[in-house]
Amino acid sequence: MTPPSFSPTGIRFEKIEKRYGGLYALRRVSLEIAAGECVVFAGRNGSGKTTLLRIAARLSRPSSGTVTFVNNSGVTGETPPAAGFVAHATMVYDELTAEENLLLFAKLQGIAAPAARAEKLLWEVGLEERRNSLVRTFSRGMRQRVAIARALLNEPAVVLFDEPATGLDPQGVGWLAEKLRGLRDSGRTILMSLHGESEISNLATRAIRLDAGAVVADTRTGANFRSILTFANA
Amino acid sequence: MALLSNTAVLLGKELRTEFRSRELLTTTVVFILIVIVLFSFTFDPTSDESRRFGSGLLWLAFLFAASLMLQPCFLREQTNDTLSALRLSVSDPFAIFLAKLTANTLFLLLTELFLLPLFAMMYNVPVVGVLPWLVLVFALGSLGISIAGTALSAISAQARMRELLLPLLMLPLLTPILVASTEITKGLLDRAPYVQWKGIGFLAIFDLVFLTVLWLFGEYLLEE
Repeated sequence: MTPPSFSPTGIRFEKIEKRYGGLYALRRVSLEIAAGECVVFAGRNGSGKTTLLRIAARLSRPSSGTVTFVNNSGVTGETPPAAGFVAHATMVYDELTAEENLLLFAKLQGIAAPAARAEKLLWEVGLEERRNSLVRTFSRGMRQRVAIARALLNEPAVVLFDEPATGLDPQGVGWLAEKLRGLRDSGRTILMSLHGESEISNLATRAIRLDAGAVVADTRTGANFRSILTFANA
Repeated sequence: MALLSNTAVLLGKELRTEFRSRELLTTTVVFILIVIVLFSFTFDPTSDESRRFGSGLLWLAFLFAASLMLQPCFLREQTNDTLSALRLSVSDPFAIFLAKLTANTLFLLLTELFLLPLFAMMYNVPVVGVLPWLVLVFALGSLGISIAGTALSAISAQARMRELLLPLLMLPLLTPILVASTEITKGLLDRAPYVQWKGIGFLAIFDLVFLTVLWLFGEYLLEE
C-alpha cells in the first residue's frame, strides 16, 4: 500500500465566537476533531455550520477563539497544512474549461507539475472527455465534480464540504458518496455540513448538531447518531 | 517571487475570460464612442474649441467608461464564490488586486488608444506629434483610475447598493486624477503643445501612493 502524500491532521476549535454586529453566528464552540475523522455537522439553516467550516478554511476570521491544526506528531499551527474546501457554490469559473480551471488553481497553489495533476484529477472525477468544455455548459453534478477536483489539487489532509449534495440527483449523490468514502478511507479528515440523513451522512464517524451557533449534541455512535442527522430536518 | 508568478497566472485568467466574452471591452468602446460622436454632432466644435474642452470631454468619457468596466470586476467573482477559491490558493492576496488592476488598466488603455484617432478626426485635433506623451498620460491616468477603482470595486461588491456605491465612492476620490489628466492633455492638444511636468509627477505619485495603500490594506478588503 502506498503511503499517503499528506500528513494526517486534526483540528481544534477553541471557544470560537463569530458575531455579525449584535448577531451571534457561533457561540463559544469548542471541538476537538481527530485526524482521520469524518464529521457531519447538522442543524437548521442559520445554525452556524457554514460559518464554522469557513472559519476552518481560513476564509472567515472568528470574532474570538482560535483554530489550530494538529498533525500526528503533535505539531500545531494556525495555518491549515493543506485544506480543500468545497462550498455550496462551485468556486470555479464558468467561462473557463474544466482543465483551464484546474490548471489555474494548480499554478496558483504552486503545484510542481500542474498539467499532470489536473489530468489525473480530471480522470478521477470522470471528466477527462469533457476537459475542454466550458464549465458553463456542465450540469450541476459535473460542476460539482470540477469543484471537488479543485479542492483536491494540493492533496489536502483536511477536506471541508459545505452541503456538497445540494442540487445533485440520486446518481450524483451516489458518485459523491463513493468519492467521499475514498477520501475517508485514505485517512483524510473530513468535515461536512448536511441537511438530514443520506447516503453521504452514512459515511460519517461522528455527528455534531449545531443550534443557534452552539454545539447541542456530539456523538460518535449509538441511537443518538441517527437522531442528530434526522432532527436536522425538523 | 510567488506574488509575481501568482499575478501573472491571474492576469492570464483575466485576459482569457475577457477576450472570450468581450463584455468589458465592448461596453467601454461603445460608451466612449457614443459620447465622442454625440458631442461632435451636437456642438460641431471648431479646432480651437476642441483644443479647449476636448481633453475634459475625453477624460469624462474615460472615467464613466471605467466605472462601467470596474463594476463587474469583483462582482464576477461572487457568482460562483470564486473569490474564496482565489483567497485559498494565492500566497499573497495582493496578487488578486495586482492582476485585476493590471487587466483593467490594459483594457482601459486599449479602449482609449483605439478611440483616439476617431477623436482626432471628429474634433479636428492633430495628435500624431504628441502621441508618445498622450500615451504616457493615458497610461498614468488609467492606472490611477484602475488602482483606486479596483479597490473600491472590492468594497462595493460586498455592499447592498453596490451598483450605486461604486460611482459614488469613485468620482470624488478620482477628482484630483481627473483634473490633472485633463490639464496635461489640454496642454498636449494646444496649438503649441507643451508638457506639464508637475501634472505628470502628480499622477505618478498618486498611482504610487494608492498602490502602496492597496498593498498594505488590500487583504482586509477581501475578508468577509
